[in-house]
Amino acid sequence: MLANLLEGLFNGISIGAVLLLAALGLAIVFGLMGVINMAHGELIMLGAYTTFVVQNVFKGLGSPWSDFYILFALIAAFIVTALVGVLLERTVIRFLYGRPLETLLATWGVSLILQQFIRSVSGQFVIGVGLFCALFFGAIAIISRRADYERIQAWAMAILLPLSAAIAFFSSKIAGDAFKLAVTKPWFGTQGVDVTAPKWLRGGLSLGTSTLPYTRLFIIALTIVCLLGIYWFLNKTVWGLRIRSVTQNRGMSACLGIPTQKVDAITFAIGSGLAGVAGVAVALLGSVSSNTGQAYIVDTFMVVVIGGVGKLVGSIMAAGAIGILSYVIGSNAFGPLFSGSPFMTSVVEFFATASMAKVVVFALIVVFLQFRPAGLFPQKGRTVEA
Amino acid sequence: MTRPFKRRDFLLMGSAVAGSLLIKSCGGTSDSTSSPSASTSASPVAAGDGIKVGILHSLSGTMAISEKSVVDAEEMAIEEINAAGGVLGKQIVAVKEDGNSDWPTFAEKAKKLIDQDKVVTVFGCWTSASRKAVLPVFESKNHMLWYPVQYEGQECSKNVFYTGAAPNQQIEPSVDWLLEKYKGKPFFLIGSDYVFPRTANTIIKAQLAAKGGKVVGEDYIPLGGTEVTAIISKIKTAMPNGGVIYNSLNGDSNVAFFKQLQGAGLGPDKYPSMSVSIAEEEVKAIGVEYLKGHFAAWNYFQTVTTPASVKFVEAFKKKYGAERVVNDPMECAYNAVYLWKQSVEKAKTADDLDKVRAAALGQTFEAPQGKITMENSHHLSKFVRIGEVGEDGLFKIAYESKAAVKPLPWNQFVKDTKGFGCDWSDPKKGGKYKIS
Repeated sequence: MLANLLEGLFNGISIGAVLLLAALGLAIVFGLMGVINMAHGELIMLGAYTTFVVQNVFKGLGSPWSDFYILFALIAAFIVTALVGVLLERTVIRFLYGRPLETLLATWGVSLILQQFIRSVSGQFVIGVGLFCALFFGAIAIISRRADYERIQAWAMAILLPLSAAIAFFSSKIAGDAFKLAVTKPWFGTQGVDVTAPKWLRGGLSLGTSTLPYTRLFIIALTIVCLLGIYWFLNKTVWGLRIRSVTQNRGMSACLGIPTQKVDAITFAIGSGLAGVAGVAVALLGSVSSNTGQAYIVDTFMVVVIGGVGKLVGSIMAAGAIGILSYVIGSNAFGPLFSGSPFMTSVVEFFATASMAKVVVFALIVVFLQFRPAGLFPQKGRTVEA
Repeated sequence: MTRPFKRRDFLLMGSAVAGSLLIKSCGGTSDSTSSPSASTSASPVAAGDGIKVGILHSLSGTMAISEKSVVDAEEMAIEEINAAGGVLGKQIVAVKEDGNSDWPTFAEKAKKLIDQDKVVTVFGCWTSASRKAVLPVFESKNHMLWYPVQYEGQECSKNVFYTGAAPNQQIEPSVDWLLEKYKGKPFFLIGSDYVFPRTANTIIKAQLAAKGGKVVGEDYIPLGGTEVTAIISKIKTAMPNGGVIYNSLNGDSNVAFFKQLQGAGLGPDKYPSMSVSIAEEEVKAIGVEYLKGHFAAWNYFQTVTTPASVKFVEAFKKKYGAERVVNDPMECAYNAVYLWKQSVEKAKTADDLDKVRAAALGQTFEAPQGKITMENSHHLSKFVRIGEVGEDGLFKIAYESKAAVKPLPWNQFVKDTKGFGCDWSDPKKGGKYKIS
């Protein structure tokens, strides 16, 4: 019985760890900055695809390296998604601060773009879009240095836009015709790609009758490291202090000379980078395909909302609770308790499937939010009302 | 902070719109350079007197993973036929529509293909849900759909030709084979939570009950769900000494399931699994490492050695790249195009659908899987195969039926449909009649 209990606890925690890792980035972006980032799932997906690319690069390097690709994948995924996050923040989200509805729609659009990007990116695609961006924005940059830029701006745009679009379109078409498959073939395609855990992460640790999968242990460890890292960053570094002050009172922080724009970009980069790290973990457990992110976006928001927006400790508790709850219901862990009554057994068994467990967990969450609308650990203080 | 809509904003948005159009057109060209539809419709002659057919699959959304490659196979078949002179002396022009993994969209696009594009037939759909969504459209317009995927049966429409396997050509033989190979072992059924796995598992349970097998558990994961820890511990509790897992999961859940099954230490030696939705493409996406030694049941594997299969694989790799693989639904889709072509040639018309339908019955085709026949039930006689995943990610064929198996669309293990058959050659019998 004790062994079962421990195994149940471990499994619950391991489900929670994945949820928490996926939600950590969002807890920062949504919790601290108040940005509803619907593209968070797609950042996780980009992290997973980065893992795939790193895996293939290291496969080419041979034996000692290929066993440890996962560690490099963590770093690479963090960097790639952080860069994408900064790009997203600088080009889209920064114009929408304080307008949650528009942010929601815009980031939802971005998530669709990222999904389709992964499906259709190919050499030809990169040539076309890259050339367009280089020509158009390059030309704008050159022209904008002229003194009479304001005057000729409209004309310049009207000429440059179709011109660079046409050049990009035709050169990508020519490249496609000339090199055929080599350029037109999608890099990843619509079909998922395989990420195989390195040898030392396959299988599990046997403890009596139960087995603790190494990947789960790895993810739990990774989650703890990320949590400690964030805690340290937010509480012990200068930029962490600035982030917290901007979160509490943006206007006052700006008055005191804190570069709020830079703080926004850094916060968003870290949140996105954490999504990338979660992507590596997710790649070890599940599928890597263009819709990987979709599977996590609802769960991550759930964790952040239940935990209480803006509180990391809330997210930790919420992820743990949801994980243990869905495991206990889904695996029928309490089944033996009701073995006395056939009626109760059938009731419990009805709910003890993965789909029904999800329904029950959601129902419980709805009930919970009726009583605690601000989550487990609500924000306190005067800023909340503002 | 509102401000008037200035010229600068207009230009900014305009450039965004133009940019996205460019992205779209680039994405489009990458598809159409290889598709016959674009190359033929570009020349006015072909567009004028070509025969228009519709291709209706999900090119985006969760099902795009599987359906895109089926489109590839259909386009290859059309291209081959066109290169060999077309049908009735005319080139086939494919009109491609995206069902977006969304069932109402499928119905809408089916209407569009029939009413606006005036196609003479449609090749399309993958999930049973999408087929059920378009069925009323095809029936009300008395049109024609070729459906290329194995499915749960219990349907027999006059307006659909089913080129995938019926349950008695995939699920039932594989259960028999498992009962034989793993005598006395318990069964655990898992599946995605929608119509195909639920019906499939009903059939399996009835069959096992009739033949003395034992089912110790049954569980479903929401479509696309990846959290399988609870299911794996249920399997362990229900079958502590090993047993057979019958797997009808679809899509992404499979990846999570097999990765975590191995992590939990349940290997194919003690816990062999039989899958009905995992083919060569899925093996590639899941990773061979996790699937080695597990089984799958299909009508066709890439490793089948018939001359038609060798030719099919070679042509496909030449067209789409050497690392691509072919699978059963792709083969079924490829066959569908050829069977339609033969029916049209026999009927001597592509537009009179009743004549084409009548001509389709009894058509035979040397398919990659072997010689297939279109039966009066609008289903095919097909070969049944079971494969074991090998080191190279392809299937070692473990079982092969000696002759083509006749289709039984109405399941004989399920009480409601026991004793029913389907025969469209006889107007009195139709889609569901009592076999006396």
